[in-house]
Amino acid sequence: MTSEAATIGLTHGGSEDTGLGNRGPESKSIVVPYGFWLFVLSDMVLFSALFATYASLVHATDGGPITNQLFDRNLMAIETIALLLSSFVCGLAMIAAKRKHMAWTQGWLLVTGLLGAVFLFIELYEFTQMIGEGAGPQRSAFLSGFFTLVGCHGAHVTAGLLWIGTMMAQIWAKGFREDIVRRLLCLSIFWHALDIIWVAIFTIVYLIGTLP
Amino acid sequence: MTQDDAKPGNVAPGEPHDSLMTESLSYVIGLGLALLLTGVSFWVASTSVLWGPGVAVGLVVLAIAQMGVHLVFFLHITSGPDNTNNVLALAFGVLIVFLVMVGTIWIMAHLAANMGPTPEMMNMQLQH
Repeated sequence: MTSEAATIGLTHGGSEDTGLGNRGPESKSIVVPYGFWLFVLSDMVLFSALFATYASLVHATDGGPITNQLFDRNLMAIETIALLLSSFVCGLAMIAAKRKHMAWTQGWLLVTGLLGAVFLFIELYEFTQMIGEGAGPQRSAFLSGFFTLVGCHGAHVTAGLLWIGTMMAQIWAKGFREDIVRRLLCLSIFWHALDIIWVAIFTIVYLIGTLP
Repeated sequence: MTQDDAKPGNVAPGEPHDSLMTESLSYVIGLGLALLLTGVSFWVASTSVLWGPGVAVGLVVLAIAQMGVHLVFFLHITSGPDNTNNVLALAFGVLIVFLVMVGTIWIMAHLAANMGPTPEMMNMQLQH
């Protein structure tokens, strides 16, 4: 097999995998998370367009409130810490799941979800405050861009919370089956990616927006 | 075939490491570095010690560093041979993100500078 492949140039002396390979396709536990990784990266491309839109419109305030008047750094700091800890605890849940430990997995997933809920609650509080002050998405192009960008991230977190709940139920009902663990790994990739996007949001929107 | 079996295959992104100690340590180091970088970001944004125009650039650099920390310690994207596919996909994603953001901001800034008269300019023209 190896020598045949070498004669038609598919391997380098039979020692290096060219990707065409003589091992056959990878197992599902590799291919599925890899496909999900591609989805997450394309999601980041989507967010890059929203970031570009926001950056283009940030000064188009139409005489309405500007970034310095709207954003509260203290509230945003709590959001940031909550989401970062949530991402960390999600990692701990993955460690427990790998060892098929039901109680720890469920516990850490619950903490992950609760921290995510804290984040989402603060974000919704901030949104309602802003809309109550007349700084809703229809006030100016800047605010449209803001609500689209941050709201899209919030929608992702909401979907993530639903997914966490679903996975807790599935692990509870079906145990650590191979396909369930695969879904759990995809969930953790999704959750870590949301935290990466939040790093960009808190820097570009909130910190740079509230520079003196 | 035996030498093929011994070779490292591929790992999925986000897959924890093998031993409990090293994989827990990875997440703890990641959390520590991320907290540190977040703290420095907030300090840089609040202090008046630093040169004003450089602060925004510094914040962006800190954010990119923190994204790197998340990728390495939480998503376990490494430079190892078992990670080649993950890294290549990431590199392509970063390329597209960079093109979309820099391209848009660049073009839109030039449009704003070259085409649209600001309300102040309109007022000045009306007053003449």
